[in-house]
Amino acid sequence: MHPAPSLILFTVLSGLGFGLLVWLGLGLRAPTGLAAFILFGLAYALTGAGLIAAAFHLGHPERALKAFTQWRSSWLSREAVLAVATLLVMAPHAAASVFLGNGVPVLGWAGAVLALTTIFATAMIYAQIRAVPRWHHSSTPVVFLLAALAGGALLAGQVTLALWGMLALSLAMVAHWVAGDRQFRASGSSTGTATGLGSLGRVRLLEPPHSGRNYLLREMVHVVGRKHAHKLRLIALALGALLPALLLLLPVSYISVAVALMAHIAGMLVQRWLFFAEAEHVVGLYYGKR
Amino acid sequence: MTSLPAKTTRKLGLVIDLDTCVGCHACVISCKGWNTENYGAALSDMDAYGANPEGTFLNRVHTFEVTRDAAPPMVVHFPKSCLHCDDAPCVTVCPTGASYKRTEDGIVLVNETDCIGCGLCAWACPYGAREMDAAAKVMKKCTLCVDRIYNENLAPEDREPACVRTCPSGARHFGDLGDPGSAVSRLVTERGGFDLMPEQGTQPVNKYLPPRGRDMLQAPDLASLCDTTPETATGFLGWLDRALEKL
Repeated sequence: MHPAPSLILFTVLSGLGFGLLVWLGLGLRAPTGLAAFILFGLAYALTGAGLIAAAFHLGHPERALKAFTQWRSSWLSREAVLAVATLLVMAPHAAASVFLGNGVPVLGWAGAVLALTTIFATAMIYAQIRAVPRWHHSSTPVVFLLAALAGGALLAGQVTLALWGMLALSLAMVAHWVAGDRQFRASGSSTGTATGLGSLGRVRLLEPPHSGRNYLLREMVHVVGRKHAHKLRLIALALGALLPALLLLLPVSYISVAVALMAHIAGMLVQRWLFFAEAEHVVGLYYGKR
Repeated sequence: MTSLPAKTTRKLGLVIDLDTCVGCHACVISCKGWNTENYGAALSDMDAYGANPEGTFLNRVHTFEVTRDAAPPMVVHFPKSCLHCDDAPCVTVCPTGASYKRTEDGIVLVNETDCIGCGLCAWACPYGAREMDAAAKVMKKCTLCVDRIYNENLAPEDREPACVRTCPSGARHFGDLGDPGSAVSRLVTERGGFDLMPEQGTQPVNKYLPPRGRDMLQAPDLASLCDTTPETATGFLGWLDRALEKL
C-alpha cells in the first residue's frame, strides 16, 4: 500500500493525542491550572492536527461532514463520530481542570472510554480490510492501542505506565510483523484464485492491461522501499519502544522524558511507514506484483 | 445507507467467457466511451499526449499465461470489471453513504455528489474494480451501464452494457444471475462458471467461464520432418564432403 504522509502523520499524531486523553480522562494524576492547560492543549492540538492531516487525504474535503452519517456499517465513519464525541465530552472536564482546579471525573472517564474506542476504530479501518492480509489480523488494533497508550502515558508523565506500555508495545510490534509475514499465504489468495485458472496449471501475467501506471498501481501496489524493511523494523523497534523504555528506567528528568518522546514519535513514524509500505494488496496478483 | 441489502430482487451481472475472449480490448474502449459521454463524471485521462499517459477505466483486460504439465501452455485474455458482489466490502466501508448496492437489481453504484474521495472503498475491493478519477476526485466504478439497460430511448438490442454490446466475439453475457432459469445462469451451470477469489468472501455476482480444453495435434515427431540433410551424401558430393572434412 502507498505510504501516504498524510495518513502516517494522522495515525501517529491523533493516536498520541487520544492516548494522552485516555490518561487525562482517567485522572490517575490529575493536572490542574497551567499544567492542565498545557497537557489538554497538547492533546487537542495533536488530535486536531491529525484530523486536519487526514482531511488532506480526501478528494473532496468540503463534503467531510457527510462522513459522520454511516456509523452503522463503516469504521471510518465510526472513527469520525467517536473522535468528535471524545473531544466534546472531554471539553468540560478539561475546562474545569484548567480553570476550576478540579476536573469532572464522570466526564473524564466517559471521555477516556471514548478516546480508547476512537483509537480502536482508527485501527479497525485498516484491520477490517480482508484484501490486505497483513492488516487483517488482531495484532493491528493491539499495536495501534498500545502505541497510543504508551505514547500518551509518556506525554502525561505517567512514568511507570509508560515504561510498561513501551515494553508491551515492543512485543506487539514484533508479533504484528511475525504474524503479518504469514498472512498473505494464510489468506489463500494467489494468482490462481484471482484468475480462477489455478486448477489448470501455473498462472503468470503475460501482458498487463495497460503499459503505463494507474490509480490501482500507485495506491495499492507499492513495492519500492521494502528492500530495507528488516533494518527499518529494527529502527522502529529501537526508537519507538526500547530506547524510551530504557530512558524511563534511568532517573527521570525533563530531558530524558523529552528525548524518550522524540525517539518514540520518530520510531512510530517509521513503524507506520512500514505498516503501509509492507502491506500487500491482493489486487497486485492481477499485475504479477505484490 | 451503506449497509448491504439482506437480499436483492434480481442479481444483474455479467458472465465472461475466458474461452472466447480474444483480448481485443474493444470492451475497454466502449466502456470508457459510454461512461465518459453519459452518466456521472467523465473518465479522465492525465498527460494523454505526454510521456506518461494514464487514465481512469472501469474495465481492463489482462492477459495471463497458464503453464500446464501435460499440455502446451495456454494464453488467456482476462477482462476484469466490478463483480457487483453480494457481500460487497466496498459498500460497507463507505463513511458517507455514497456507495450502495441496489435492492431491486443488486447493482453496486456510487453517488458521486456524496463521495468525499477517501479511497477506502478501492482499498476494500480485492479485485481493483474501483478507480479514483484524478480530475473529478470521486470514485468511479462499473455501473453495469445502468443508464443503458433501462433506457427506453435506446433500441431494445442496445439495452445492455456497452461492453457486452460491443464484444465482437460474444465473450460477454449480461443477465439476471439470481434467476436459475436465465440464459446466463444456464451458461454458468453448463460451462462450470466460477467466482474470482472466493476465499475473500465477497460472493461476486459476475461469473467467469473457464477456457475449454485445447485440441492436441496427433502427428509424428515434427522435428524429424524438418531435418532435410541426408545422413551421408554419395557420388561427387560425397567425395567433396569427405575431402572438405579432411582439410
